Amino acid sequence: MITSNLMSDSDRKPDAQQPEAGIRLTEAQLRARRSRSIAIGIALGLLALLFYIVTLVKGPGVLERPL
Amino acid sequence: MSLTFVPAELSGEQGVDPSIAPSIAGARDYLELMKPRVMSLVVFTALVGLVLAPGHVHPVIGLTALICIAVGAGASGALNMWYDADIDARMARTAARPIPAGRLRPGEALAFGLTLGGFSVAVLGLLVNVVAATLLALTIGFYVLVYTMWLKRSTPQNIVIGGAAGALPPIIGWASVTGGVSLEPVLLFLIIFMWTPPHFWALALYRKDDYARAGVPMLPVVAGDGPTRRQILLYTLILAPLGVAPWFMGYAGAAYGVAAIAGGAGMIALALRILAEKDGFKASKQMFAFSILYLFLLFAVLLADRMSGGLVGHFAT
Repeated sequence: MITSNLMSDSDRKPDAQQPEAGIRLTEAQLRARRSRSIAIGIALGLLALLFYIVTLVKGPGVLERPL
Repeated sequence: MSLTFVPAELSGEQGVDPSIAPSIAGARDYLELMKPRVMSLVVFTALVGLVLAPGHVHPVIGLTALICIAVGAGASGALNMWYDADIDARMARTAARPIPAGRLRPGEALAFGLTLGGFSVAVLGLLVNVVAATLLALTIGFYVLVYTMWLKRSTPQNIVIGGAAGALPPIIGWASVTGGVSLEPVLLFLIIFMWTPPHFWALALYRKDDYARAGVPMLPVVAGDGPTRRQILLYTLILAPLGVAPWFMGYAGAAYGVAAIAGGAGMIALALRILAEKDGFKASKQMFAFSILYLFLLFAVLLADRMSGGLVGHFAT
C-alpha cells in the first residue's frame, strides 16, 4: 500500500541526540565563502547594470553589430 | 546557526583528499590571481589606443571596452598562475601567490580564468564590436597557449615572442572605436613589443638564480650575463627610435617628441651601464624600474597630447 511507504514528519527529522553527518566549516572557511558570495553577487549585479545601460545608450541599435 | 554540512566523505578532517575539501579562498585571493598591477598597465595602454583612434565612441561603450580588456587580462593572469603554479612555488618572487601558498586550488584558478576569459570576450563582442572581441580572444589565447604553455619553458626567446600578447591592448582599444586596425596602433604595438625584452631581461639578470631553480630558460640562465647585457642594448637601440616614431610620423606633437627622445636616451644610457657593469646588478635594477616609467611616460604624453586636442568630439554621445 502507498500509505505504508510514507513516513511521518517525525520519521524524517534527524535524531537531535546524534551528531549530523558531514563536516562543519571552520570560521575561516565560512568567512572565505561569504567574501566569495558577496564578490559574485556584486559582479553579476554590475554585469546586469552594464547591459541595461548599454541597451539604453544604443537604443534600437543594440542589435546591430557590424564587423 | 551558521552550520554548513557536506557529505562525510568530503571531510578533510577524515583524511580525505584535501583537494576536494571546502575552499578557504577569499575574494582577495581571486583578485590577486588577476595580476592587478599588470592589468593596470594593460588598461592604460588600451585606453591610449582607444583615445587616439579616429571617430567617435560613446563614453559608456568606451568604458565597457576597457572593462572587458581588463577582465580579459585578469583571465590571462589567472590561467597563467594556474599553469605555472609549480614554477611559482620554486621562485621567491612568486611563492606567495595564492596557489603555491595553498590558499587557492589549481582547479579553482582554472575555472575562474576560463569563466572570466569567456565572459570578457563575449561581452566585448556583444556590446562593442566583433573585431575587438576577436583580438581580445587572440590575446588571451596567445598569452596562455603560446607563451605560458609553450614558449616560457622551452626557449630563451619566450618573452620576446610572448611579448606580443602584452603589446596587443592598444590595438584592441583602437579596434573598439574603429572596428578595424591601422598603422598607428601597430606602431604602439611595436613600441611595447620592443620594450618587453630589455624590461624582462633586466629583471632576469638579477633574478636568474630564481629562474634557474624553477627551470625557466630565461636568457641569462641559458646564455649567461654577457650575451644578455648585449641583447638588452641591442633591443634598446631599436626601441628608442621606435619610441620617437609617432612624433616623427606626425601622429603626436612636439611634447611627445621631446619626452620620447629624453626617455629613449635614458634607456640607452642605462643599457650601456648594464653592459659596462662587471659586478652587481645595480644598473639592471635601475633599468627594470626606469623601463616601466619610460613606457608609462610615452603613453601618458600621447594621451595628454590627444586630450589637449579636445576629447569632446571623440566621446560623442
